[in-house]
Amino acid sequence: MYQYDTYDKTLVDQRARQYRDQAERRVEGDLTEDEFRPLRLMNGLYQELHSYMMRINIPYGTLSSAQLRKLAHVARTYDRGYGHFTTRQNIQFNWVTLEQSPDILAELAGVEMHAIQSSGNCIRNVTADAFAGAAADEIEDSRIWAEIIRQWSTLHPEFAFLPRKFKIAVTGSPNDRAAIRVHDIGVALHLNAEGETGFEVVVGGGQGRTPMIAKTIREFLPARHLLSYLEAILRVYNQFGRRDNKYKARIKILVHEIGAQPFAEAVEKEWEQIKDSALLLPEDEVARITSFFAPPQLEKLGPTAPAFDAKRLTDRAFAAWAKANVVAHKAPGYGIVTISLKAPERAPGDATHTQMDAIADLADHFSQGEIRVTHEQNLVLPHVKLTHLFGLWQALAHHELATANAGLATDIVSCPGLDFCSLASARSIPVAQRIGRQLSDIERLHDIGELRIKISGCVNACGHHHVGHIGILGVEKKGEEFYQITLGGDPGTDAAIGNIIGPAFAGDRVAGAVENLIDTYLAQRSTNAERFIDTYRRIGAQPFKENLYATA
Amino acid sequence: MATAKQPMTTDTLQALTANRLIDGLVVYLTETGEWSTRVDDAALVPAETGEIVLAATGEQAVSTNHVVAPYLIDVETGGGEVNPTRFRERIRAFGPTVNTSV
Ligand code: SF4
Repeated sequence: MYQYDTYDKTLVDQRARQYRDQAERRVEGDLTEDEFRPLRLMNGLYQELHSYMMRINIPYGTLSSAQLRKLAHVARTYDRGYGHFTTRQNIQFNWVTLEQSPDILAELAGVEMHAIQSSGNCIRNVTADAFAGAAADEIEDSRIWAEIIRQWSTLHPEFAFLPRKFKIAVTGSPNDRAAIRVHDIGVALHLNAEGETGFEVVVGGGQGRTPMIAKTIREFLPARHLLSYLEAILRVYNQFGRRDNKYKARIKILVHEIGAQPFAEAVEKEWEQIKDSALLLPEDEVARITSFFAPPQLEKLGPTAPAFDAKRLTDRAFAAWAKANVVAHKAPGYGIVTISLKAPERAPGDATHTQMDAIADLADHFSQGEIRVTHEQNLVLPHVKLTHLFGLWQALAHHELATANAGLATDIVSCPGLDFCSLASARSIPVAQRIGRQLSDIERLHDIGELRIKISGCVNACGHHHVGHIGILGVEKKGEEFYQITLGGDPGTDAAIGNIIGPAFAGDRVAGAVENLIDTYLAQRSTNAERFIDTYRRIGAQPFKENLYATA
Repeated sequence: MATAKQPMTTDTLQALTANRLIDGLVVYLTETGEWSTRVDDAALVPAETGEIVLAATGEQAVSTNHVVAPYLIDVETGGGEVNPTRFRERIRAFGPTVNTSV
């Protein structure tokens, strides 16, 4: 993992001290709310519906066990005992007090964490493939490049006041698990014919009220030019992005309005000026950052693990969990484990302090002390020996963390919604819980197979509903909660924005509607291996729509 | 789905709500000029007088840095309980509607 150098450390310590002073002045009345609001937001502190919420960055979703233990400590000491992992691979604490907020930042600085740029019109936390450094299908560990971007974008003076917030995602694998096409900028590692690494650069994706899929503006950018090229994009955006209208200020609108090709030309022109500047990445600097992400020392094992196979044959529950929650690791004999934070009746993405402590211990024991956060609001142990899976599974079950549903219909992504969020139109979490209840039969859940359901409590789309196979958006109609359903969204390699299927449903009818969509899928799928999204792509919306509204 | 309490009667009154500076919790202005976290404690005035009777106290509490961003809400009373009219305000008063115990 990356470790702070003295520059990073000084910066984060100073910021924590500076914020303490600001918060104290606010409590004492020396600063008004209007003066203090931008300062607290710059440090991740939001006023939400019921209390203050603090959002803390988890760069590219990577945590050490020590960091996760610190988050458990924060949950226990400064919150009501739990935290909420978000679709941006961050964590939010829902019940923070203004008085204690500086203590939290001071504690976090001790484990190289902070909340800088977790709010505001700046470059936000860089996200990446949660399986980076472990995935069997990756070209290179995307976190190396995410870290290079993090260093460049942290407190970059030119980009502190962009027209709007700005999100960058990186994937190192051809199978996009970082949802790069719904980010302001996405970069995907490729190898060219000569075997050199470079990036495909996509720009102008995003969700929110105007969802768009990013366009490729460069097929192959030699890796050493990454920062100058990003800088050129940001400059063009900074200059031409609309500041007159908040709803038109994201880069996606600019790219859409002027067209991807003219936008690309403007970027190339700007880039010509700066491509050989100090932003050109020296090889030794890349090597230095790469060294922080050196592959863990894993044992040389055979691809099979008879003890693991035997357990799967004799224990159905374990087999179901291993099938859904474990994927191939690049090292033979190892697996990547998804720890589902979607147990029945829990709020999606929430973890209690005892669970966080337990996962930190299990990471030390089974996974080189490393944990990842996914944009599906789960946690990952990236390097687990197959022969350890049974023991790990038993330990997870003890903490209500062994739900066998990764990627399945009850692995529902949900934003906090109106239960917590001051911008919300409707609640999200109770809808997720209801669907979860309805689909509680594990055999059926596994029969349905991969199905991504995503719920947002308002058009801001933090719950990524636009890219859900089934997306659910909460809206307010005459003071009541209603939910609009979209079908066919996909965050991955075949990125797509879902289409609205028809009139919205009242809150108590959403789970039934989802059930109805699933029934149509089950009746229509060509084989058991055809996923919901594939069936939808093959047959279109009409059969789903007909059944869904048949009795309405 | 657990629903927030439904209003029971139709006499519309107003209360003044805000978030408390120190911890951000939802508070309501009471008869005695204190701020309570319980909507049942809120001072209620006829809707047309809310602006005159309550708003000034809110401004005062902002200037002494006790609360942030006060505003008037419509409430209805019935069965001895005070219920905000708007759904969002009912969630503020009685929510979260999901289990938050660990
Ligand atoms: S989608 Fe809306 S309701 Fe949900 S967290 Fe984002 S802003 Fe809040």
